[in-house]
Amino acid sequence: MRVAGKGRVNRHVTVPFTFDGKRYSAFEGDTLASALLANDVRLVGRSFKYHRPRGIFSAGSEEPNALVTIGHGADRTPNVRATMQEVYEGLSARSQNAWPSLRWDMLAVNDSFAPFLGAGFYYKTFMWPKAFWERVYEPVIRRAAGLGALSGQHDVGRYDKAFAHCDVLVIGGGPTGLMAALVAGRAGADVILADENSEFGGRLTGEVEEIDGQQGHAWADRVVAELAQMPNVRLMRRTTVTGSYDQGSFGALERVSLHHACPHPDAPLETFWRITAKRSILAAGALERPIAFPNNDRPGIMQAGAVRTYLNRWGVVPGRKVAVFTNNDSGHRTAQDLHDAGIEVTGIIDARTDVGSVVGVPTFNDGQVVATAGRRGVEQVTFTHSGGQKTIAADCLAVSGGWNPSVHLSCHMNARPQWREDIAAFVAADGAVPGMSIAGAAAGAFTTAACLSGGANTALGVLADLGFTKPEVAVPKAQDGTYDITPLWSVAGNGRAWLDFQNDVTVKDVSLAATENFASVEHMKRYTTQGMAPDQGKNSNIGALAVLADATGRTIPETGTTTYRPPYTPVSIAAMGAGARGKGFAPERFTTSHTASVQRGAPMIEAGLWYRPSYFPARGETTWQEACEREVRMVRNAVGICDVSTLGKIDLQGPDAGAFLDLVYTNTFSTLKPGRVRYGVMLREDGHVMDDGTAARLGPDHFVLTTTTAAAGQVMRHLEFVHQCIAPQMNLRLASVTEHWAQFAVAGPNAREVLNAVVDDPITEEEFPFMACGAVAISGVEGRLFRISFSGEHAYEVAVPARYGDGLFRMLLSVAEALGGGPYGMEALNVLRIEKGFLTHAELHGRTTAFDLGLGTMIAKKDCIGKAAARRPGLTGPEREQLVGLRAVKAGDEITAGAHLFREGAKPIRENGLGYVTSACYSPTMGNTLALGFLRNGRARHGKRVLMVDHLRQISTVCEVCDPVFFDPEGRRARG
Amino acid sequence: MRLNCPLCGERDRREFYYMGHADYLNRPSEGAAPDAWDAYLHLRDNPAGLTRDLWFHEMGCSAWLVVERNTVTHEILSTTLATDVKEAGE
Repeated sequence: MRVAGKGRVNRHVTVPFTFDGKRYSAFEGDTLASALLANDVRLVGRSFKYHRPRGIFSAGSEEPNALVTIGHGADRTPNVRATMQEVYEGLSARSQNAWPSLRWDMLAVNDSFAPFLGAGFYYKTFMWPKAFWERVYEPVIRRAAGLGALSGQHDVGRYDKAFAHCDVLVIGGGPTGLMAALVAGRAGADVILADENSEFGGRLTGEVEEIDGQQGHAWADRVVAELAQMPNVRLMRRTTVTGSYDQGSFGALERVSLHHACPHPDAPLETFWRITAKRSILAAGALERPIAFPNNDRPGIMQAGAVRTYLNRWGVVPGRKVAVFTNNDSGHRTAQDLHDAGIEVTGIIDARTDVGSVVGVPTFNDGQVVATAGRRGVEQVTFTHSGGQKTIAADCLAVSGGWNPSVHLSCHMNARPQWREDIAAFVAADGAVPGMSIAGAAAGAFTTAACLSGGANTALGVLADLGFTKPEVAVPKAQDGTYDITPLWSVAGNGRAWLDFQNDVTVKDVSLAATENFASVEHMKRYTTQGMAPDQGKNSNIGALAVLADATGRTIPETGTTTYRPPYTPVSIAAMGAGARGKGFAPERFTTSHTASVQRGAPMIEAGLWYRPSYFPARGETTWQEACEREVRMVRNAVGICDVSTLGKIDLQGPDAGAFLDLVYTNTFSTLKPGRVRYGVMLREDGHVMDDGTAARLGPDHFVLTTTTAAAGQVMRHLEFVHQCIAPQMNLRLASVTEHWAQFAVAGPNAREVLNAVVDDPITEEEFPFMACGAVAISGVEGRLFRISFSGEHAYEVAVPARYGDGLFRMLLSVAEALGGGPYGMEALNVLRIEKGFLTHAELHGRTTAFDLGLGTMIAKKDCIGKAAARRPGLTGPEREQLVGLRAVKAGDEITAGAHLFREGAKPIRENGLGYVTSACYSPTMGNTLALGFLRNGRARHGKRVLMVDHLRQISTVCEVCDPVFFDPEGRRARG
Repeated sequence: MRLNCPLCGERDRREFYYMGHADYLNRPSEGAAPDAWDAYLHLRDNPAGLTRDLWFHEMGCSAWLVVERNTVTHEILSTTLATDVKEAGE
């Protein structure tokens, strides 16, 4: 019900919305919760396990009951807290966990079975038959219990993540946080003030009290206005700081557009922030806790502070006859505000003895609520008091069991909160998180005056540490007093008394856990599921551990709390993973020839993050195999062009460059003459092969190295490591230049003819013999030429600065095509290199040694990385699986990579394995299926037969073992 | 987590590649006994407390750093260029 003259919603703007398909009207400034209460909607959901009717309980992010699903289709978001969702025009909310309807829920029958559904019931009940757990019990339980469901569709919403840095992060924008931010802001510090609500002010937005002679919320507005003017202060509304991490890092979730009917198309729904702060001030306030009493979960039973907030901020009362049950002064404030607003308060039931009363409201001392009644919401309350037992009418019961400081963020780095007997609550400890100071209610200061001075003083301390001059700030005058509480956790009586509304855990469940010796608070949590729901027990943790302490005969501090872990409130995975979905997860790297390749119809395949052409289909070709074989013949007989820019390129310069390469490669490079290229193998320090490639000496102190595409990053890191951590005395510098150069292989008998058609000064065999390198000019552009071959043909690699790559690729193609050549892709490249026994990471897979690969003789006399370890016993010798060539005995029989090798006639089981196939292809050149693989003592088995078995594809092929170089073993073609 | 790169200043740990203990700085000499290589390659303490390890500022300046930190408190005690550590030690 809306109360005339109360609240600060904009009554001139009405906002239509729907709940469970029914149309309602709200005012601008309402949350979904305040709007539902204004429309007298009390029943908003069904409980997790027993499907009990539930209503709105709180006015904040700790809400356990009012979880709704917002939106439809792919935009559907489940488990949205109605207390945090601002209404907008057309908002569509639906209740959860009820079928066929919220009022008539079939599974409410669960509640009748409650005696059988206590804590741990499924551990005891569904023991056998064993197979039933996965197939029957678990699916049924999951369907019956639960909250909202995901849409199952791809989330099309926009999310973002962002970084922010500041001197001081103030967490929470209530009186403490505002005061701290004001002091820090005036001192000139870079300040971020984050609050999870849509407006700053914290409790001030829900109270009737004065600060410096004006309303508290008006004072808050004035401070916010001043902060907004400061360029050094960033105000972050709707931003929940969700976790605190090492070295002053914080996670925070900002609800950017979730309150808009039509979000800006470029704006994200939510942004996940990583905030780095030199210092932080935790001013997160406190949460009001309930009291467990029989049937305390009926709709209409709410936090006393929330009832006050609905009245004062939104002009809404949740009932016509309100009763109050309290053990501290919060209940009296609620009664006073309601009474002043003309709402009937049917009684204050105060657990304390000898307390004052609110004029005009009956007050009962030593009071304890022992029963509530009402079908879909509370209608009457029965209680005992110093004068006996009494029942009063109430369609809303405002409950306060005291206040729990929000210590969560102070405990994310393993600290435990400290118990304070005087306020019967845990408080955050200073120093729990390095750089974090605690102020206000989070530190146990429960009056506005104490919060204001606490915020100011804490900020002054932080500013002094950071070296700022003390600013001019006077702490305003506000209400002060003492916090008078008599702890009351639970009331005995007939009927279940709820501790955890969200996970349906009762006092009896916690007692049962203690009886069954789940006495540790962590065990109790897992046995009962208390505190495990989306609210993470914000309302129930302290009450549950107090009940556990009582049941186990320990004190509350002896019992201790469970571990507080991030996030403080649920964070959507979409926000944390923003930008990393689909292609964002694996960004695409394109070569300069990409467009031209795609234009020619080449299917592009992934090579790491790179995309490379698989093959270039010609007219009439219907399979990749046809195209591949044509391209192989084209290279062997005419000429082919292939983009090899994805190979890693590392520029190495300095007087010690040669000596450095001697250290990192197994073979010697210091003796390489300028203008020459050499193949090299690099080991890891453990003696296994890391990578192979070429090093070209462009000048006495200047090399350019190539790495395989896959290992470019790893090799760069390794070279920097060897230089900085092992040989820092060497004078040299390394730079990755992979993307600076577009590089193309020109391979085949007509290679030189193609090149001479594009270079400004034709080259000759004498100038560029096999393994030569040097500068060339192409249309005046300075490039580099390497006479190297990965196909076994007379071949070159020509490099130009990347911006000329597309042009050069097209030039080379047009010349090559006139000479019977053309482009070739990865399939043909792979066949060409297998025919020649050249290696890729299929063979250099991290478990092979230079010996295995037949490169043992490349380990020179000098020291090199990995040399000592490569000589270890077991890394050389006949027991090793050695690189071999394999060819099908019956030409054309299939050989598959990954298949295993066995002695002919041996049973193809693991114990008989002799090795495996790493690469395989059909070779049009040799007219047979060829493969590379590793075979035990393989070099001694050339000429022998082995059986290849691919257990996965059910293929068996008899193969002949041979030298891995199938084609032109003397290498005449590359030299010719 | 943040590391203070001596060249770039304080940076998010996502910019860094972690390698392992700073023992890797002390490579045995060429003719060292197999035990020395075994220790260098494989044997590491697993301390609860102070440790020194190598991090690479891969998304930054490409400097290898020796980071002294506490595995219990997560405190970062110092960050030094590996080249400076090597120079001081030789």
